[in-house]
Order: sequence, then structure tokens, then C-alpha cells
Amino acid sequence: MAEMVLRKSPSFYDVYERKPGAIKYQTHYCPGCGHGILHKLIAEAMDELGIRDRTILISPVGCSVFAYYYFRCGNVQVAHGRAPAVATGIKRALPHSIVISYQGDGDLAAIGGNEILHAANRGERITVFFVNNAIYGMTGGQMAPTTLVGQKTTTTPFGRRAEMEGPPLRVAELLASLESPVYIERVALTTPKNIARARKAVRKALSVQMQDLGFSLVEVLSACPSGWKMTPVDSIRWIDEVMTRYFPLGVFRDRTAEAKPMPLPKISYDLDSLLEKLEIPSGEAEGVIASPVPHPRYANPRIKIAGFGGQGILLLGQALAEAGMTAGYRVSWLPSYGPEMRGGTANCHVILSDSRIGSPLVSRPSVLIAMNRPSLDRFEPEVESGGLILYDSSLIDRPVTRRDVEVLAIPATSMADELGNTRAANMVILGSYVAYTGVVEREHLTHILPKVIKRKQLIDLNERAIARGYEYALMHRTAAST
Amino acid sequence: MANRRGGAELPYVEIDEEECKGCGLCVEACPVKVLFQQTKLNAMGYHPAGYKGEGCTGCGVCFYACPEPGAITVYKQGTVREEVA
Amino acid sequence: MAKQLIKGNEAVVKGAILAGCRAFFGYPITPASEIAEAAAYYFPQVGGVFLQAESEIASIYMLYGAASAGIRAMTASSSPGISLKMEGISYLAGAELPCVIVDIVRGGPGLGNIAPSQGDYHQIVKGGGHGEYKLITLAPNCAQEMCDLTMLAFELADKYRNPAVVMADGFIGQMMEPVEFPQPVSSFPDKPWALRGEDADQFRLITSIDLEPEGLERHVLHLQEKYAQAEREEVRFEEYQTEDAEVILVGYGIVSRLLHSTVDEARAKGLRVGLLRPITLWPFPSRRITELATRVSAFMVVELSNGQMVEDVRLAVAGKVPVWFYGRMGGVVPSVEEILRVLRQQIEV
Repeated sequence: MAEMVLRKSPSFYDVYERKPGAIKYQTHYCPGCGHGILHKLIAEAMDELGIRDRTILISPVGCSVFAYYYFRCGNVQVAHGRAPAVATGIKRALPHSIVISYQGDGDLAAIGGNEILHAANRGERITVFFVNNAIYGMTGGQMAPTTLVGQKTTTTPFGRRAEMEGPPLRVAELLASLESPVYIERVALTTPKNIARARKAVRKALSVQMQDLGFSLVEVLSACPSGWKMTPVDSIRWIDEVMTRYFPLGVFRDRTAEAKPMPLPKISYDLDSLLEKLEIPSGEAEGVIASPVPHPRYANPRIKIAGFGGQGILLLGQALAEAGMTAGYRVSWLPSYGPEMRGGTANCHVILSDSRIGSPLVSRPSVLIAMNRPSLDRFEPEVESGGLILYDSSLIDRPVTRRDVEVLAIPATSMADELGNTRAANMVILGSYVAYTGVVEREHLTHILPKVIKRKQLIDLNERAIARGYEYALMHRTAAST
Repeated sequence: MANRRGGAELPYVEIDEEECKGCGLCVEACPVKVLFQQTKLNAMGYHPAGYKGEGCTGCGVCFYACPEPGAITVYKQGTVREEVA
Repeated sequence: MAKQLIKGNEAVVKGAILAGCRAFFGYPITPASEIAEAAAYYFPQVGGVFLQAESEIASIYMLYGAASAGIRAMTASSSPGISLKMEGISYLAGAELPCVIVDIVRGGPGLGNIAPSQGDYHQIVKGGGHGEYKLITLAPNCAQEMCDLTMLAFELADKYRNPAVVMADGFIGQMMEPVEFPQPVSSFPDKPWALRGEDADQFRLITSIDLEPEGLERHVLHLQEKYAQAEREEVRFEEYQTEDAEVILVGYGIVSRLLHSTVDEARAKGLRVGLLRPITLWPFPSRRITELATRVSAFMVVELSNGQMVEDVRLAVAGKVPVWFYGRMGGVVPSVEEILRVLRQQIEV
């Protein structure tokens, strides 16, 4: 049965308590302003659809900044243009809520152009009511992105020029060019017939959200008698006679028949198997397998590893740090990062220490692992006196010139090549370094290999590469290091 | 509520003169032209709309044309009896 | 619990989830992208939301929305991205919305570079956005603290209904260290102000606007009361070898690690040097510095910036003893040897 009384909607507060001053029974809008009409249509739809209790309305910046004075629902007031982003956050957090983004033309089409475009394109399950009155009302009648060509505003005192300010933005058409939106219509708050259409459109836009179909937007051509300096009656005539010629009324997108409900997942706080999902090792700390006792000259190494990107430099460092952790050391691993990782050189700093690690940055390495010539050239001078340099002698065609350091040349890439994959050269060097210095035990390497080699079928190859490096170093270990 | 129209079940419109801002949109929209702008002023200094007292069809056009949430209440035909009963 | 060798940036994400955070809104930027990447991987698996926003601005406002709904939510970025977020951060503070923002600071100004920096101290601690607000600011110096302080940030954000920032640098974010993760948080504070999509919402409003001067002043004074409470209750710092120190080194984040080594080396050379590391950059350990100023002969502040935190140290020292400053910029990280050299020069002068 049709409602027998048309009266103030219960979706409005009885008294506008949040409105400052004495006048709490009247809105703050100017006489004849379209906002109030649209407010009534939204409130009525909230009643009829039974969604008032779960509606969250976002008040924008503009004349409707105080929409929260009036709507008896959850209210959020936001920054200029950002309502669709805020709506996104709310809806993702509270998928059962009905989120309304209420925005004006400066807010939505100028400063918030990016936010509305992407919210629409993501198909956010929100409803946007876009009030187009071709002007900035709140700030005193400046040009809006929807101001008509020739229209005078306080910032286009001689009229808007298409060639200088651009033609007005047609938001409904623009957003209808995207794939995701489900329902987009432009209506006008003018004649009884147009208002009746607007009323239907408001309800339909909200029901799209209730069914989880996707994004809906109603662009509402709305009078701003104060900004336009016209009487309210002349204002609605101007909309019908002038504005609608540039902003035609109608449905620009309607996929409500074919769109499938896409409800958002609810947030879950289920702690069951949370640690597993986070890949956090559970249970007690792993016992230290065996505490290595390296020769004092190799203890607490500060290692710099350098080479080309793609040689597995960072992985070599990670494997060392993992092995060190398993052996009971304090460890740190610090990579060079950013664009230089892509293509050029790569290096990382690894520290294994019996005591707390201060700076993770290795500026004076006690160990340098150089896997290409530029790395040796660059870092050889940094190695501290009495330190150790390991380098890939299959790629580096010069000997180490320093006389105050220990040197182990390893034809790592050739050895890896013999094993069938040159990319295992890093593991050859790792095996050599560990065998040469005893900084960790062989079994530490075996233990950590599955953690650092993600592709299981490569573990065997890497194991063999480590073994080759190990043997090689034992054969070439000098008397000094034994 | 008493039947303001002498017991007949006629539709009528009620205007909250203090909420009304005198914009005139209801006067313009009313298809049977039973609303008018009053000469008197309300507390805010507006000329509120008024109902001529008869001829309302209860169509509700003025309600939707009015930007104020509670300035206009329209009682459609039959309302009075329902409310009295 | 067993330890895991993990990057600081990933430890942030795991810590956040353990703290009950279930929404992440981000935008890619080096050197913070691993945070978004790890969030994209883990959040959906634990029943949370990950969304890559169209901009830094959108991401901070998505956070505003999720925080309005009372859930623990976060974003992460690096300096230029944080600059873009500053509008939203001011709104979050004004509307008293708890949330966590991670800033992996990089070199600036402008596009600068992606190397480690501490040039965001002023932006974060002094308020890069408009209006009179404060951000609870935590400065981790290792991967373990990237987890622990992220978790703490959520607690403090809720306690004070205020955004909290975890401010680190590229080194702390990119570095791998062993981390022992704690058990997940299972109880959360009540948020009677939050919107829930239910009938009680009609009495709730999230906003930062108040056009009446007296009303807004009342609101700002209310914020100041919260900040005063945080200054009383939340100051955190660490000291190393300060008991008999003649010179106190002051640094946070990665610099504190360098200074820790500097203290060791200086002591090995017979210099009585100690370290004070602020863990909360706001509230700042001013009172402790004022106390120390009565019995040491000098402070030396080291930052990866042109000297930002040093201003707060000088305010606390109030001219009682000299406050020396050494800063490197543009992503240059000084070596321990370099800092020690500067320290000795200062002492000799």
C-alpha cells in the first residue's frame, strides 16, 4: 500500500542537534537548494529499503559537508574529494554496511577525480550520489569542472572558455566508459516528472549495492540559486533549458539484469593456524646443531659479497646468514637494493658474530667474496689487513695485488658449469668459504639449504656445488689456516 | 487527529511555516495551484508557503519539490480515517 | 619460539597481523614496496584486506575509512609517498582515528633517491600536515623491532585514538636478521566510537570539522591532553654505557647501530662514551636528556639528515653543555671509523 502520509523521513534526525546555533529544525542550505531535495530522496529510499540501521553516509567537502547534521545513520566526514577512497575502506572493513558517498562537482570531478575514477573501475560496492550544480557553492561560486562554457562564476568573471579552461566534464558518460560500473544515471531535480525519475534512480542505485552487484552512481543536476544568482524557480528552469542540453538526462549504464552478486569477504580474526599461514616457525627454538670453533683469524667475520646481478650474490649471503643463525651466531644480512639490483652489480653485507651486532654495514670487510672483476677492483682496497679474499678465478683474469691478505682463487663458475649449471657458482664459493674457514659446519649448510633454495628440484644441484667447493678449498687450504 | 476539513476524507497539505525558507518551489510545482507564498514573515525572515485551504489532491509533488525535510507534510486521501481509527 | 631470518619490511607485516591488523592499503614505492608485497601475500590468507590503491592519497583515505570502522588497519610508504599522505594524516589525527603508518625513509628533498635517510624526522615528528597534532613515532633499529614496534604502534594508536608511525630507513627495512615472533594478540580494546554498520551508528560521527572557534579550540585542547598523557607514559629509549660517560652519542634507527659500534671502539681507545637511543621520537626522551646534561660534558648527535632531531636534543640540553652534530645526507651512511674520527676531533677542540 502506498504511504498515506508524506512526511519527514525517520532517516532524518528529529532535531538537528549537531547543527550549531539556535536553528536546529531547519537545514543550513540556501532556499531552493537541490541538496535538500536529494537528501529527502535518499532518506526515503533508506526507509523503504530498510537499510537505515546499516547505512554509513560520507559527507564530503562542499555545501553538503554537514550532511551528517541530518541523516540518522553512521556518519563520516572526510577531506575534499576523498570520499570514494574512504568509502572503499569502510566497505572493505564492513561488507554488510551500505556505504553512500555523497559528493559535489568540485569534490568529485576536480580534486577527487582520481579517487572516483578508480573506485568506479574497481567496482567498489558503494553508491555515489554526485550533485552537479555547475559551480563551487560553499566557497562562494567559483568555476567547477562542470561549469558550462560561457557561464560566469567568480573565477570565470567573463565566462568559462573551452579553449582555456576546457569544456565541462561529463562524469556520467566518463565513468560509463569503464567496464565495472553496474548502474549510472543522470537525473535532474526540476519538474515533478524529473524528480520522480530521480527518486527511482536513488532507490535503484542503493538496491544495486544491497545486492552486492557493484558500483552505482547517480549524477544529479541540482539547483544552486545563490551561486547562479537566480531565483529558485528560474534555477530549475535553467537546469531544464540550459544544463540538460550539455548534460543529457538518462541511463548511461545498466548492468543490473546481468551482473552477478560479488559479496566481499568478511574480515576474520580466526587465530587457528595463523602462525602457519604467516610461515612463522612454531615450537621451541631449534637447538644449535654444533657450535663451530673456527680459527680465531676467521671468527666473527664481516663479509662483503659482490658480483653481477644474476650470480646469486644475495642468495649466497642469505645462505651464510641462515647457516650462521643455525650455528648459534648473531647474524645480519644487508643487501644493496633498488635499481642497481636490476642488471648491474649486486652486493651484500653479512655479519656473523658472537656478540650483539652494531653496524650491519660492512665498510672494512674481513672477508671479501668477489664474483666478478669490477667487484674485486672496487672492494679489494677495503679489505682489512690480514683479511681473506675469495674470488671466482674463472671470471676474474687478474690476481689479487694486496700482499697483506690471504687469498683463495676458486674457478667457481667453471666448476659449476661442469656440474651442469653455471648459476651454482655461488654455492661452490659458499662451500669453499665454509671449508676454508670452518666458520660454520658442513651440516649447517645442509640444514639450511631447503630454506634458501625455494625450488626443490634444485636442492640436489646446490648440494653438489657446495660439496665441490668444499673439496676444492680443503685441497688448497694453506698451512696458515689449518 | 481532528479532521481539519469538516469530517470529509479529503487530502490536504500542512506547512511548517518556521522550517519553510520561502523558496517557492512547491508553489511552482503544485499542479492544482493550491499553494501560495504568504505575505507574512517567519522568524527567519522568509515568506513561508501557505495552503489555500482546499483543492489539494494529495499528489505529493510539493513534498518532493521542497528541499526542507520537514517543511511539508502531505496527507493523502483516506489518511484521516486511518489515523482516527 | 624459533627464530626466523627475515627482512625488516616483512617483519612489519607479520607483526601487524599478529597485532590483529586486518587491512592494508598501499602504493608501491622503493624502499618500502616489500611491505605492500608481503601484505598482498599474507593479508588475504588470514582473512584480511589488501588493496593497492590508485595513489598514496587514496591509500591514506582508505585507511581513514577502515579505521572509522574500528578495525586495526595500516599503510606503508616512503618519504615522497608520506608527503602525499600528509593531508590524510592530519585528518586522521583530527578525527582521532587509530591506525599505523610505516615510513621507510629515503633520501630527499624531491625525488631524491632510494638510499637510507632520516630526513623525514621533521615531517613526521613536527607535523608535516596542517594543524596542531602529534604522531606517536617509533624508530626501530633491527628486524626484531620492526615486528615488535609495529605491534606496539597498534596498541598505542588504539590507546590514544591517534595515528602511530613506525619510522625506519632502507637499511632497517631491507636488512635480514633473526626475528622471534610473539603469539598473536587475541583481545582488543573496545571502540564505542567506531562505526559498525549497525543501529547504534546513528549516534556516532567521525569528523575533524568544527566551524565554531570555541568548539574547535576545545577539540584541540582535548588532543593536547592526550599528547601530554603520552609524553608522561610512552617515552621509550635505550642507553648503552652511559653510567660513566663523558660524551653521550644520540642517534636513532640505523644510526644507533653505528653508534653502538662507535661506543665500543671509542671505549677500546679509552674514551668514556655512551649512547642514548630514542625509541620513541615522539614523545621524545627530553627529560632523560635534560638529566644527563647535568653530568656529562657534551652530546654528539648523529643523523642521516641535515640535523633535525638535534633540535630536540638542544631544546632538552638547554645550553648546559655543547651539543655537537654530525650528519650525512643523500643516502650516504657514515662508517663507524668516520664517526669516531669526528668524535675525537670534537673532543680535542
